[in-house]
Amino acid sequence: MNLVDAGLYGVLVGGAVAVAAAVVLRGRARNVIAGLSVMAVGAFAAATGLAALAGMVGTGLVIPVSLPLVGGLDPLVLAPDRLGGFFLLLAGLVIATSALFGIGYAHGAAASRTGWTGFAVFAVGVALVPTAADALSFLLAWELMAIGSTVLLLADHAERQAVRAATMWYAVMTHLSFLLLVAGFGVLIAAAGGTSWSRMVTIAEPVASVAFVLLIAGFATKAGLVPMHVWLPRAHPEAPSHASAAMSAAMVKMGLYGILLVTLRLLPTGPSWWAVVLVALGAISALYGILQASVQSDLKRLLAYSTTENVGLITTAIGIGLLLHQSGQQAAAEVAFIAALLLALSHAVFKTTLFLGAGAVLHATGERDLDQLGGLAARMPVTALTFGVGALGAAALPVTSGFVAEWVLLQALIHTDAKADRLLAVVMPLTMGVVALTIGLGLLTFVKAAGIGFLARPRSEAAARATEVGFTMRAALVAAAGLTIGLGLIPGPLAQLLAGAVGATGIATSGLTGIQLGGLGTVILDPLVLTGLTAAMLAGIVIVNGIAARRHPRREVDLPWGCGGERTSPRMEYNATSYSEPLARVFGASLNTRRSVEIEHPEDAPLLVSGMVFNQETVDLVEDRVYVPAARLAQRLGDLARTVQNGSIHRYIGFSFAALLLVLVLVTR
Amino acid sequence: MIAAIVVTLVHLAFALAITPVLIGVMRTVRARLEGRVGGGVLQPWRDVIKLFAKEPLRAPGSSAVLIWAPLLLMASSLVLCALIPLVSTLSLPGAPGELFVVVSVLLLGTVALAMLGLESGTAFGGMGSSRHMMFTALVEPTVLLSIYALSLPAGTSTLTAIVRARRDDLSTLLNPVSILAIVALIVVVVAETGRLPVDNPSTHLELTMVHEAMILESGGRDLGWLEFGSWLRLTALLGLTVNLAVPWAIASDASATALLIGAAAAALKLVVAAALMAAVEVFIAKLRLFRVPELLAGSFVLAFLSVSASYLVF
Repeated sequence: MNLVDAGLYGVLVGGAVAVAAAVVLRGRARNVIAGLSVMAVGAFAAATGLAALAGMVGTGLVIPVSLPLVGGLDPLVLAPDRLGGFFLLLAGLVIATSALFGIGYAHGAAASRTGWTGFAVFAVGVALVPTAADALSFLLAWELMAIGSTVLLLADHAERQAVRAATMWYAVMTHLSFLLLVAGFGVLIAAAGGTSWSRMVTIAEPVASVAFVLLIAGFATKAGLVPMHVWLPRAHPEAPSHASAAMSAAMVKMGLYGILLVTLRLLPTGPSWWAVVLVALGAISALYGILQASVQSDLKRLLAYSTTENVGLITTAIGIGLLLHQSGQQAAAEVAFIAALLLALSHAVFKTTLFLGAGAVLHATGERDLDQLGGLAARMPVTALTFGVGALGAAALPVTSGFVAEWVLLQALIHTDAKADRLLAVVMPLTMGVVALTIGLGLLTFVKAAGIGFLARPRSEAAARATEVGFTMRAALVAAAGLTIGLGLIPGPLAQLLAGAVGATGIATSGLTGIQLGGLGTVILDPLVLTGLTAAMLAGIVIVNGIAARRHPRREVDLPWGCGGERTSPRMEYNATSYSEPLARVFGASLNTRRSVEIEHPEDAPLLVSGMVFNQETVDLVEDRVYVPAARLAQRLGDLARTVQNGSIHRYIGFSFAALLLVLVLVTR
Repeated sequence: MIAAIVVTLVHLAFALAITPVLIGVMRTVRARLEGRVGGGVLQPWRDVIKLFAKEPLRAPGSSAVLIWAPLLLMASSLVLCALIPLVSTLSLPGAPGELFVVVSVLLLGTVALAMLGLESGTAFGGMGSSRHMMFTALVEPTVLLSIYALSLPAGTSTLTAIVRARRDDLSTLLNPVSILAIVALIVVVVAETGRLPVDNPSTHLELTMVHEAMILESGGRDLGWLEFGSWLRLTALLGLTVNLAVPWAIASDASATALLIGAAAAALKLVVAAALMAAVEVFIAKLRLFRVPELLAGSFVLAFLSVSASYLVF
């Protein structure tokens, strides 16, 4: 038994202890012990993942199964390979951080017996998915993850009606995903004659393409790619914040793990249209996600849409990698795959920071509507700073993990030799344009989220009364933000480890901590040198500034300029809605923005204005044009069925008689 | 290594020295063409020195962003000047002037400015910040695609290497790919530095202002840093564009003569480009806010054509 196996047992034992603690203990003790046990699950998962990523192979947990009448069942095996190890590491980090946050944050229904049990089951499920080495244990772990998260999501259903609707969307979409996966794996199992991954390596066309479509559709639903993203902006805002963080940062990644599992391990020799499908799916999701995110004013909904954007970018990177691989440009392809993995880890850490930050704001103010926030930087400095770091990561600015990841992706794009390949000559510039626009809009989105939420003056009483959150929550925020910065400052060793996970050569550590993409010439990024350069400049500036400040100190005035007059009411500040108004106008057609202006007149003077009401709402285009008509169609079909099932006993006796006749006819034939 | 550090210091000194002059030249050209005398070429220097001798104000309840955003903008502009090949094509070994790094450093400054606009807590600040970020978002695809196009013949995305390759191979200069990309880049420079027709730099207190709206609440040395930082961005971006378009006489080693020639050439190129820019600005009016995206979309199309052309035609 080596480290990998021990870690797997640790995950299972930790989960069991957490469930026991959630059931037996009560009050504060439940939060602390169950929270710590889930943290242990995360820590074991991360350690196991790191060991597996570094190339350590265990015997794994092998559970022989046999079912009556079903032959060809391979035993259930939990043994992570290097790729699985990476996703296990990612999930472990996220779970540990969000469980730590949950200790202080969970209250009400989220701190109940059911709430913590749900979280523990969910954590174990997420950790087991990437360890599965066969289809059956994969699906079991997948379902464990789905059940745990659904229970968690339902936590506040008694207080808010929206929670029930969100859970319904989530449950339907997650089971759609499960059904598609069962069908997809069913096809593979039938063709391979067994459930183990190792048997499914020689699948021929057209079976492979059928399985590809089914599996990718299933994984895309879990990952939240357009058009299957509709559950994200509903489920993430309504879940308790530590659960939103774990769902958005870890669970959604399992969909991406699935996509990588299919394209790299199970069906590695697909035709080029597979890659184009992935690039298109990813690019559309990235653009649509960030556009929607940029106009949201609900902080957690904004973050949920940004998850769709990031998952889209990662899928694009995977698609680009496959495309380059098929055209024989191995070095650039490997860089694209590394970019996908870096993007995934970077999204995991910064999105954890952001969701936990949003949770802290929600905890302190009871508000997640940006239009009601503001002025929190002075009241919650730790939350503001960590949220700022997360926002920098999401906007892919230095020196965060997000910047490094997007840099690697852009390097893969720019070092493509597309002269010989017409397909690449079209796909590469388009992808570059999409990625660039996504980065630009992401910048706007996160300047808005951080600036409107934390700067200027509070826009509501609740925001004005906010105070900093407790120790465990701050600790979790600092840990997540620290990871975001750390991975941005020292990306080299991680990239080198990841290179092993996708079998890449040529990616090395440059200097102490930088990344060197050897296959593409000598392309180097050394964030420490850049940071040093910036720090040197900043030091000079601060010294000059200090000298000036000694001569002319800053003065605090009660009556600042306020544009020449007294400071106006905080309601006059730009809020989140007005911030994105120009953008909503530019992209009006694809955003489905509806606005209405109602003008009230005094009774006796129809030309005067006594009041105005402005209303603007953005309805998800896909939901409006695809899901609502589909639901309506189902409703209509149901209505048709009702004419058959009208409750009349005579008719049912008639049906029975007809059925009997039919059976007789069939039997006597 | 030492040569690279010397070159970096030369870049910084050059940028700091030439920037106020450049702004002064632009203002003087504009004034003369409009029939005014103008404040003279050195007026921007005097402005900055005056601002540093004044006390800045702060509102109660304002956060550290108020103090740090101007410093960060200035730092980002200085790093930009250090990374971009202005006088010489030598670069620091661990920090080559890599395209995406340069763009992200530029964006850091943009974000600092936008956050400052929001921190001011007035409608004007938010308005400027919102518009500025919209332009930035829409200009981003053009930036990346146009330099992508220029990087293809050189086979690298390091700006210093691109400039060097263009200087050594004349055929990459005068072909449609390069010209389309340069035109697209000029639109980028105009949009990023807030010049006409995107934003009017000499406006103050009008509803359509963008850059001025964000810095409206700043005063004293805060405003000094903001002004100087923004001007430095103009120098850096304009310097990059002229060196890409006309890459001759740029130094490729750290010898004193080469650097002197490089600095003189860069100064000449920059002054001519700035004077041209100012002269053109006299004849055009500011675009309506919602016409600007059309201009940016147009520049995106140029950049896109440039990349496709370099793949499919040349």
